Amino acid sequence: MGQITLQGVQKSFGPVHIIKGADLEIADGSFVVFVGPSGCGKTTLLRLIAGLEDVSGGKILIDGKNVVDTPPAKRGLSMVFQSYALYPHMSVRGNIGFGLKMAGLSKDETNRKVEAAAATLNLTPYLDRKPRELSGGQRQRVAIGRAIVREPKAFLFDEPLSNLDAALRVQMRIEVTRLQKQLGTTAIYVTHDQVEAMTMADKIVVLNGGKIEQYGSPLDLYEKPANLFVAGFIGSPKMNFVTGENALQRGAATIGVRPEHLKIERDGAGGWQGTIAVAEHLGSDTFLYVDAGPVGMLTARYIGELSLHAGDHVSLLPDPARIHRFDQSGNALRH
Amino acid sequence: MARKSTTQQVLVSTIGAWFFGFLIFFPILWMVLASFKTELEAFAIPPSFLFFHWTTENYATVQERSDYFHHALNSVIIAGGSTLIALLIAIPAAWSMAFSPTKRTKDILLWMLSTKMMPPVGVLVPIYLIFKNFGLLDSRIGLVFILCLGNLPIVIWMLFTYFKEIPRDILEAARMDGATIGRELVYVLTPMAIPGLASTMLLNLILAWNEAFWTLNLSTSEAAPLTTFIASYSSPEGLFWAKLSAASTLAIAPILVLGWFSQKQLVRGLTFGAVK
Ligand SMILES: Nc1ncnc2c1ncn2[C@@H]1O[C@H](COP(=O)(O)OP(=O)(O)O)[C@@H](O)[C@H]1O
Ligand SMILES: [Mg+2]
Repeated sequence: MGQITLQGVQKSFGPVHIIKGADLEIADGSFVVFVGPSGCGKTTLLRLIAGLEDVSGGKILIDGKNVVDTPPAKRGLSMVFQSYALYPHMSVRGNIGFGLKMAGLSKDETNRKVEAAAATLNLTPYLDRKPRELSGGQRQRVAIGRAIVREPKAFLFDEPLSNLDAALRVQMRIEVTRLQKQLGTTAIYVTHDQVEAMTMADKIVVLNGGKIEQYGSPLDLYEKPANLFVAGFIGSPKMNFVTGENALQRGAATIGVRPEHLKIERDGAGGWQGTIAVAEHLGSDTFLYVDAGPVGMLTARYIGELSLHAGDHVSLLPDPARIHRFDQSGNALRH
Repeated sequence: MARKSTTQQVLVSTIGAWFFGFLIFFPILWMVLASFKTELEAFAIPPSFLFFHWTTENYATVQERSDYFHHALNSVIIAGGSTLIALLIAIPAAWSMAFSPTKRTKDILLWMLSTKMMPPVGVLVPIYLIFKNFGLLDSRIGLVFILCLGNLPIVIWMLFTYFKEIPRDILEAARMDGATIGRELVYVLTPMAIPGLASTMLLNLILAWNEAFWTLNLSTSEAAPLTTFIASYSSPEGLFWAKLSAASTLAIAPILVLGWFSQKQLVRGLTFGAVK
């Protein structure tokens, strides 16, 4: 079991309030991603759950039991660090097996479990190597192996893929997701990369400035962002925001339309008129950055190839069903 | 910038390195050579380099006149003891400053180092009087104590630098893995700190072995280490160059051998972990 509940969790470092009251319910077996810009408190929140930092207020419940006074070792969680944090003087076998050794398992049993974990992660040929003799991806796997071998209540990941190159990152992303589903263990995963969040998560927690902006499934956040911040943070390229006349007509202070929900028409009459400033042709997609005069810069996405170029005139028609409306303070207005 | 070294450059720098190496080593070589000369030849001008009458009589005389092993034992006890005690104090001190620093940690470190900036002779009289009143003059305990205090700032500073290099994440990983503080110390911290501890220990041993100011001023015979033993050949009855050389050779031999076998650690220690 690995159900984790946060109730009004707060954290200050001296006078600085970093986490300003977080409430969260993480179901057993789910994959939850904390996402947000750098410095918003993702790592801090994860470390509070791990027990590596003490809370300044509130409760953290693991399977219903308040653990704020429980040391990290007794919380039954395991963590994968951004830096991997492998023990440099131990072999891969030693690294993966260290937690089991600390738990007092017999040598045979430790070896059996370590070898099983290594097999899952394709690390068997490297069991007797030292971390410095491994590539970045392999070290990452060792760090994951160290986390899974203990069969914890939950895995905590702190930006584990950020030190890998792009191709390996995509591959490891899929592997981590698959592994989590296969083991059925609760996972909390921290990242600043919204693509990682959208692709991996069952549920996403969007953090900003130490506050939870929204908690929901990836599609929830995409379709019903709770406020301007979430609307702008989730989705790539970013949602277009339009204020003024156009927004007031729809009874909002700001309206937002995603690039993929703008219909592109050559020489059209309706919608927002503009001139293409930059056109990006990826083959699979075409991105247009359009200078729409008083409306501002707009980004439009077309699936497939569209032979339009910088300087061409276009009109962009927002899909009326996909317009997001926000009030003066940035909160979403529901229809 | 690609750096390519031609054979010529390698040759020039090799010759240069040997030249400066020899230059630095020359006084020691000269001393060893002089120790095998007769007193007359040792003073001769122009000096003879290799072609003189080799003799070991200086060593015999030196051993006969003053008990080498007695002083060597004192040196071992004083250098070893002061190093051991300094480490026992410095490890926890450096540890806490490296792993739970406060606003004042940097100031404390600088203050410790600043105590090394005063010339020791500035406190000779008060220290001498304290030693006299406590009956510590010419005692091993007294010397262990004073050398330990003298080197403590450097030992703490060095260990602090090493401990700072140990990533916190690794200690936290051990904590997540269920290690208690004690086991964290045994299985993770100590193995990672051993290279730093070893080079600090070596450097301190050498500093303490060669320390001459306090040992000369605070000991005469009973507790006198090899430094005092050497000094006794440059005094009352005039200068006995060959015997002085023999005594010096005997005095530096143990530490030279130790240094030779631990070069790697020493270089790391002397560069304060700057080279990885
Ligand atoms: N030990 C600490 N002492 C003081 N401030 C800290 C400490 N740890 C983190 N912070 C501050 O808390 C904020 C959030 O940090 P962090 O949780 O690491 O952000 P993230 O992981 O989202 O990038 C940052 O402004 C950081 O400077
Ligand atoms: Mg972080």
